[in-house]
Order: sequence, then C-alpha cells, then structure tokens
Amino acid sequence: MSPDNIVQYLISGITAGSIYAIVAIGFNIIYNTTGIINFAQGEFLMLGGMISITLAQFMPLPAAILAAVIITAGVGFLIELVFIRWIDSPSVLRMIIITIGLSIVIREAALHIWDEKVRALPYFTGNEITSIEILGARFSPQVLWVLGTCAIIVIILNIFYYYTLTGKSMRACAANRTAASLCGINIKNMVSLSFTLSAAIGALAGCVISPITQTQYDCGATLAIKGFTAAIFGGLGSSTGAIVAGLLIGVIEAASISIIPLAYKDAITLTLLLGILFFRPGGIFGSREAAALKEY
Amino acid sequence: MLRIRNLESGYGSLKVLRGVTIHINSGEIVTIIGANGSGKTTLLETITGIVRPRAGEILYKKRNISGMPPERIVALGCSLVPEGRQVFATMTVHENLVIGAYTRSSGPDRENVPEDLESVYALFPILKERNRQLAGTLSGGEQQMLAIGRSLMARPGLIMLDEPSMGLAPIIVKHIFEIIIQLRSRGNTILLVEQNAKAALGIADRGYVMETGSIVLEGTARELLDNHDVQRAYLGKDYKSIGE
Repeated sequence: MSPDNIVQYLISGITAGSIYAIVAIGFNIIYNTTGIINFAQGEFLMLGGMISITLAQFMPLPAAILAAVIITAGVGFLIELVFIRWIDSPSVLRMIIITIGLSIVIREAALHIWDEKVRALPYFTGNEITSIEILGARFSPQVLWVLGTCAIIVIILNIFYYYTLTGKSMRACAANRTAASLCGINIKNMVSLSFTLSAAIGALAGCVISPITQTQYDCGATLAIKGFTAAIFGGLGSSTGAIVAGLLIGVIEAASISIIPLAYKDAITLTLLLGILFFRPGGIFGSREAAALKEY
Repeated sequence: MLRIRNLESGYGSLKVLRGVTIHINSGEIVTIIGANGSGKTTLLETITGIVRPRAGEILYKKRNISGMPPERIVALGCSLVPEGRQVFATMTVHENLVIGAYTRSSGPDRENVPEDLESVYALFPILKERNRQLAGTLSGGEQQMLAIGRSLMARPGLIMLDEPSMGLAPIIVKHIFEIIIQLRSRGNTILLVEQNAKAALGIADRGYVMETGSIVLEGTARELLDNHDVQRAYLGKDYKSIGE
C-alpha cells in the first residue's frame, strides 16, 4: 500500500462510513424512545431516494429532496399509526417481526411502483467526473455533501435531545416509560414522533447518497445491516457513537479490499457485527456510566 | 378531594382489588397500610391510570377519572411518586425535574416553573448540589427525594407516595417523613402507602388497613395505633404485651 492508496482508501472508507452512520442514527432515534429496532429503517432510505428521483423530473432538485423527505416522514408516521400504536406492551420479538414484515412489504411495493431498474439522483455539485484532490487521492464533491449532511443531522439531533423539552421527553421515555407517563408525557405520541423523525432522516440520507451508491428497490436491506452494525458497535442510542463506529466500519471495509477480494467486503461487516454481539453487546463507544444504568 | 367507590381491578385474569372504597379530604395525610401483596400498589396504579379499573368509580375533585390514561390524570393534578423511585436514571437531576413539569409546559403556568424548581431545590438542597449528576448515580435516599421533587414539579393537588421508605436507612426515612409533613403544611394533600405502619400512622391523620384487595379497617391514625389487631399484625407487638 502506497501512501496515496492509504489516503484513497481512507476517503472511500469515510464516505461509505458516513452513510452507515446516518442509517445508524435512524435506528437510534426509534430505539431511544421505544427500545426496539426498526428493521424497516433501510427502506426509508430507499423510499427517500426513489421518491426524490421521480420528483426531480418535475421540479428542481432541492424541492424534490424536500418533498421526498416530507413524504417519507409521512409514511413513517402512518406506519406507526397503523401497525405499532395499537400494541399495548410491545415485546421485542413482536416488534422485530412487525418491522421486518413491513420492510418486505415496502420493498415489494417499491418494486411494483418503480420496477427493478437502478436509478440515481444527479450529483449535487458538478457531475460524475468532477473530483477534488487531497494528498494525491481523488474523490467526488458528493462525499462532502454526505459528510456535511451527516454532521448537521448529528448536531441538530443533539441540540434537540439535550436542549428542547420534546427531546428531553423522548429521552425520558427511553429511560423509563412508566415514569414518563406519570410525568404526563403521552408515550404513544412520542413514538409516532420518533418514527416520523427517523423516516425523515432516513429519506434525507437516501437522497444524499443516491448519486454515489445509486438507488434500487432493494437497496435498503444492505444499508440496514451496515447501519445496524454501526448502531450496535457505537452503543445503541448514542448518535456520536454511531458516527465513530460508522466511519470505522467504512474504513475497515475499504482497507479490507487491499488484502482480501472485494467480494468479501460485506462479510467483513457481518463478522464484525457477530463479534460485537458476542463480546461487547453494549457497544464500545456507549457511555459506560449511562450503559450501566440502562436496562437491556 | 379523592373519592373511590367499589373499585375493582387487576392484571389479566388476576383480580387484585375487590371493591375498595376510600376517600381523602383536602389537606389530609391519609395512609394505607398493609402487608406485601395486599394490593396497595395496585390501588395507586389504578388511581393513576397505569392499570385500568374493571368496576367502580374514582372521583378526583368531583370528576370521574377512572379509565383515563395516566398523562391526563397527572395533568388534572393527581401525581404518583412510584414504588422504587423510578427516576430517569440516564438523565441529570435537573432534567428529571424539568420533565416533572411537562404537563405545565404548554399552559400559561409555564412561567412559574423556574420558581418551582428553586423551591424544590430549597426543599432538597442536596439535589441542587448534584443537579448536573446523572440521576442513576444518586443514592437511594437522594433518588427518593428526586422522585418526590419531580412529582412536585407538576404542582399536584394530590400526591400519592408508594413506599417512600423502601430500602432506605432509618435516618433517611425520618428525613423523608419530615418532608411529607412539610408538604402538607404547604397545602398538599397526601396519600401515603407504606409497609412501615408505625412511621406512616405517626404522621397521618387517618388510615386504612388493606388485606387481600379490600379495606378491612379504617379510622383516625390514633384509633389505628391503639387497635389491637393493628398492633399485632403491623406494629410488631405480641399478644402478651397487648394484654399488659
């Protein structure tokens, strides 16, 4: 590996990693209020990408993205309203089955609405061949869009969770549901809000990554697994942990290409996921103090 | 203030409360004593809406609240300090208290929240000292104070405390009970559920004795303290000492 290569791997790793990080953040939002993993999170990305691609034919790109985010957020809200809200005491297994079922339904619906063609949004700045050079490595400006979006989402979410009453209430629901409702918080509304929010964030992510990864009806599943790995790795519920873990996974994946064949790239992530689940299920970046106080 | 008639409730096929009738007048400290499993906690959970009642009625300030969800009951001013504290462990002391005032956040009363925060800190200076600390790292006694403080932040008319002495050292229990007396003198009405019958009857105006889901005895605190059955079953005196 020459120094040039190292920078190149690092940058492509960071690109992929920041995508995983955004997916992981989506998982965290719902986990934080409900204590469940929404396995349809990847589908929100796919929907965001697909809807914006379709709408971009009729309107300017920013408007199409905004509309896609709003529509997908609406889908997230409806999913909660129709499938989750009426369950009195959601068991983990039940929620896993429901959300996996939903992810299959959404995927198949997308296949019928759009077909199986691979599409992509145009690059936000420049085109496929525009590139920026840093230390001899070349990368697309879209990478900066992904990284920037990721950073902005995390900053806004942290402000929301720690400085607004609604955000604090969502954390209160995560910490202790019964006590939260005894404080007058309507838990079901908080769950609706978290589904809406994570669908919106998923859709936004789906739009920014579309030029790089391209969008297809079934692209959600792979992204969901990678994002899930990042979420677990970073400690479920921690958005900062998700970013670090996501970037790390991206870099590990990218570096693995230089040692073992490309085909094993996905296997690396899965091995990592299994390793974490076996040895460090609390994640490695989760606050130790907070993790010790949490009920798993 | 609170009037409960023939209340029945339970979990699944298990019937716990079998026709409970109690009332609490404004400004009183009323205690419910009873052994483990007699239904005291279930009674409180039914009043606050965590457990749905099956029959009977719960009138709070002449308004039927039975069957309402907990968040509406709290908003009406009926607040529970739950058994085992149940503080938001992963949040700071300050945040716990702010969440306690959640029901007031959208009303005109919201301007008074900072003032109430100060009055809770005045009541429990230790909480002010630790206001940036995570609630889960507090000691049991401090968590109990936080749970009471959090409930006060809702400006409740009626405060229900479920086993506030549980797992605490005697000196802390004493402190908590002094606080309860202070709360009453500030105009709160208090329903105190306790296994520590002696301490509870010591500060209460009236009391009820609960056994297997129904009220078996009621009276003023003095009457209950003097009652031989109560002395034997809950105050740890044996036949002989009662005879003397």
